[in-house]
Amino acid sequence: MAGAAVLGRLAPLTWRVASLAEFVDETPHARTLVLDVDGWEGHRAGQHVDVRLTAEDGYQAERSYSIASGPDDRTLELTVELIEDGEVSPYLVGELQHGDTFEVRGPIGGWFAWDPAEGGPLLLVAGGSGVVPFRSMLRARPADVPARLVYSARTLEDVIYRDELEALGDDVVLTLTREQRHGTRSGRVDADLLREAGFAPAQEPRIFVCGPTPFVEAVASELVELGHPPERVKTERFGPTGR
Amino acid sequence: MEELDGNGAAGRLREVFALELTTARGQCTHCGNVGALGEARVFMDAPGLVVRCRTCESVLLVLVRGDDRYWLGAQGMTWLELH
Amino acid sequence: MPLTRGFRGRSRPDAPPDRVPPGQYVTDDFPVLSAGPTPHTALDQWTFSIEGEIDQPRSWTWDEFRALPSEQVTKDIHCVTKWSKLDTDWEGVSVDTLLDGVETEAEYVLAFCDGGYTTNLPLEDVTGGKAWVAFGYGGEPLDPEHGGPARLLVPHLYFWKSAKWVRGLTLRNEDAPGFWEQYGYHNYGDPWREQRYWGD
Repeated sequence: MAGAAVLGRLAPLTWRVASLAEFVDETPHARTLVLDVDGWEGHRAGQHVDVRLTAEDGYQAERSYSIASGPDDRTLELTVELIEDGEVSPYLVGELQHGDTFEVRGPIGGWFAWDPAEGGPLLLVAGGSGVVPFRSMLRARPADVPARLVYSARTLEDVIYRDELEALGDDVVLTLTREQRHGTRSGRVDADLLREAGFAPAQEPRIFVCGPTPFVEAVASELVELGHPPERVKTERFGPTGR
Repeated sequence: MEELDGNGAAGRLREVFALELTTARGQCTHCGNVGALGEARVFMDAPGLVVRCRTCESVLLVLVRGDDRYWLGAQGMTWLELH
Repeated sequence: MPLTRGFRGRSRPDAPPDRVPPGQYVTDDFPVLSAGPTPHTALDQWTFSIEGEIDQPRSWTWDEFRALPSEQVTKDIHCVTKWSKLDTDWEGVSVDTLLDGVETEAEYVLAFCDGGYTTNLPLEDVTGGKAWVAFGYGGEPLDPEHGGPARLLVPHLYFWKSAKWVRGLTLRNEDAPGFWEQYGYHNYGDPWREQRYWGD
């Protein structure tokens, strides 16, 4: 039965129970949930999970969240951004308590994932909460793989994982779109910034772009205009405002 | 209304496919463009999942989940290569 | 089914059972569902047509359409994805007005729309005061994401039949499934008999 062995059949995707072990407030609007998940088998950097909440009357809501923890981390971490008039994020960020449970399924996604064996250099371009899957990638990255994260946030207060990213020094280029701060770049991620901060096409970087849909589309087309082959630019859109 | 890409559809597609669809390449029947489904335009907030060609917008694939069965429409793709 | 302590979701107000079809939740929101990107047809390009099994196909420009007699109606709407919204206010031209004087043997219509969406209905379900081509919602011009400039409004059936961005009706002797009807959704779609999928 050689045929069946050659193709990478996926394990059936089942809903598992996740319980909140602890949480970390990254910013006033974003909280990282540290979860214990029954039967969790690990993930590749860049993948996501689906989360399902069930109310007493049986009403269910589902959302997807990128995995923030690295593949070698011992717990599963999701970073949830609070959406003001959202349905699920106010619960996860405001109400969910230690020991509470909800359902997750995953890991999901083969396209927007990176294995260290694929090598680099790695160019990661994030808009807002699009930085979440990139924390997983940066945690997975061996020291000998060059990587650059270009991260666009509204204000300094909105920057997620600030300490962890500061420790990466020049590998992280931060730009603020709604604030001017001494010592920090301002402005949108445009062709000039990508040319200056990113790897040149000749270095053949593997490129990942993640964030709100309009951000991803603008950045992806700028990267292609800079000469990066479209097939080396992988995108993940979070929708108009982000997950 | 949320327009996402193939990554957003990955979980739902895994309910019916045993192989990863986001890395699968397909050819659009309408315009001939070939691309990974991970980059396709996906409309999730609908009575079903609708995957559209990024180049020409025509429908590649539709997946409806009923109570006890699914409907899959894939006539928008001439071929699909899965691995 | 494991419950999530303390999760309620958006408010789902109670309502008298005779207003809420089986399996539905009432919502105060107006969720936006779409099978494709929002089309944007300029009003000076927009037309609405009646075609097919009709001696003289007819067509209106936007100005001609807006000059037709219109009415304001308040209706409950029911989406197959389980939300219902009560007492929604619409303004539109009755399909009876658009079909006034039309002689046809056709028993079915196929509504067609910008972006390629279609849905099929029996002719008798869009006549006799049951359907409108609506251009106003909540006292304002209908928003593009909700189907503006005009959508079909057929509130007695599941709301996928109230085709957004409608551009006309084709009168047909034989029924043929539209977009969702091809992919599992019920050919008729009566919320009170919970006709969501084929065979229901």
